[in-house]
Amino acid sequence: MRNVLPVLTVVAAIFVIWYVGAVALNATWAQDNAARAGGGELSFTELVADTLSQDKPKLPAPHQVALEIWETTVEKNITSRRSLIYHSWITMSATLMGFVLGTGLGIALAIGIVYNRTMDMSVMPWVITSQTIPILAIAPMIIVVLNAIGITGLLPKAVISMYLSFFPVVVGMVKGLRSPDRMQLDQMKTWHATGNQEFWKLRFPSSMPYLFTSLKVGMAASLVGAIVGELPTGAVAGLGARLLAGSYYGQTVQIWSALIMAAVLAACLVGIIGLTQRLVLKRMGMA
Amino acid sequence: MIRDVQRQDNVTTSPVISAKNMSLTFQTNDGPIHALQDVSLDIEKGDFVSFIGPSGCGKTTFLRVMADLEQPTGGEITVNGVSPEEARKARAYGYVFQAAGLYPWRTIGGNIRLPLEIMGFSRSEQAERVKRVLELVELDGFEKKFPWQLSGGMQQRASIARALAFDADILLMDEPFGALDEIVRDHLNEQLLKLWKRTEKTIAFVTHSIPEAVYLSTRIVVMSPRPGRISEVIESPLPRERPLDIRDTQEFLDVAHRVREGLRAGHAYDE
Repeated sequence: MRNVLPVLTVVAAIFVIWYVGAVALNATWAQDNAARAGGGELSFTELVADTLSQDKPKLPAPHQVALEIWETTVEKNITSRRSLIYHSWITMSATLMGFVLGTGLGIALAIGIVYNRTMDMSVMPWVITSQTIPILAIAPMIIVVLNAIGITGLLPKAVISMYLSFFPVVVGMVKGLRSPDRMQLDQMKTWHATGNQEFWKLRFPSSMPYLFTSLKVGMAASLVGAIVGELPTGAVAGLGARLLAGSYYGQTVQIWSALIMAAVLAACLVGIIGLTQRLVLKRMGMA
Repeated sequence: MIRDVQRQDNVTTSPVISAKNMSLTFQTNDGPIHALQDVSLDIEKGDFVSFIGPSGCGKTTFLRVMADLEQPTGGEITVNGVSPEEARKARAYGYVFQAAGLYPWRTIGGNIRLPLEIMGFSRSEQAERVKRVLELVELDGFEKKFPWQLSGGMQQRASIARALAFDADILLMDEPFGALDEIVRDHLNEQLLKLWKRTEKTIAFVTHSIPEAVYLSTRIVVMSPRPGRISEVIESPLPRERPLDIRDTQEFLDVAHRVREGLRAGHAYDE
């Protein structure tokens, strides 16, 4: 409970900065409008009232975003095109699929790298190179190539998610699978354990803390991938499509509400992994 | 057939571990390091042999060669009449490392079960053996506890139980009590002697404590460094039955004195 006050203080400070920013950034537009209407300079209270209630503000005020989110989640049917829940669901399904694919690929590559010297020398540089290419550049290519071989819909977006999320898993799992020390490996040798036994009884359990840390990073990256995947494709649904449509029509309130929604979604997904991590590690006696 | 017969003979007559003119040289970037040079030693069945010497004398390396964790570069060594590799694959020895090395995600029982699972013992056999070795190291009742719930001394006892669980006749111990305080160490030494008496195992024990070596051993192998070699093998005149206060007898002090002299002689050329 001692943590509540500092946390609330920071949150309050963010809101204050946000409101001040909203007034400052939207002031010019408000003054110009007032001048055109011939009313002269706005008083301070008039100015504040106007800047916090514009239709297309440069920076919408927090309550405007909150209202928009309320209207598009609670007050809309979730099957509606205007429901943020609907768009979040579209993005989340691609995120989860990409996350599962990326985790699988990441673990498989890590095992290869740990057990095979050739792979250790050859694959790791490519894995790192893959992440130096901006995802925005490669996303359209993936969509186009997959489209050409007849794959459309969820999978292309999931592939982009996978492209981003496998990386932290590879790096974390290589480290995790190598975490048993010399003594533990020698010990396995004295028992004449097979490679399989060494993996399942020693290396894999040892890598668990590393795996979960990687999964958290991977999940966040996967969501970014899914949103980015929706941008260049002219997707009609999903948080990315919502962002894009918002920017076409200058609907800043819509953009911000989609952004907040994405953040909430990421927090929930990462939170679920954190919870699983605590349960698993507790069961393993490691937390 | 003939080989089998010979091996049968070997069991009764020849030593459990036998090294002849064995050498081991590590190639490093700073040139070769002679970890062991021309080492010859026989360990008989039921012996308790301690290896003592300053760091770098090759005592741990010698033990690791017996366990097939290092390969000698010269000479010969046999364990149970066969090569260390064959002996390892036949699970002829249990190895106790300096650290307990228990898996944090397994209970004490689970840790002891680990080698049994690897070796393919049946479930009922596993349970029975875990129970038996836990009693042997006086840890009954701790089967369901996790390692972090135990003290360092208890963890090391659990690791000894793990090495005993699959009934190897040889126990190789590499400074198993090195990291523990003196009071715990005394207690564990006493327990180890009891355990040795009850199980009649052949034990090779690396230490850098003179009282520990003298108290435990039937033979003390004094080693000297650069290159690692055996400078003296001392047969202990102490009886096999050893209460802790035997360490105050003149006989004990005499043996300790001889070990100290041996260590000093090995060091002489160093100064």
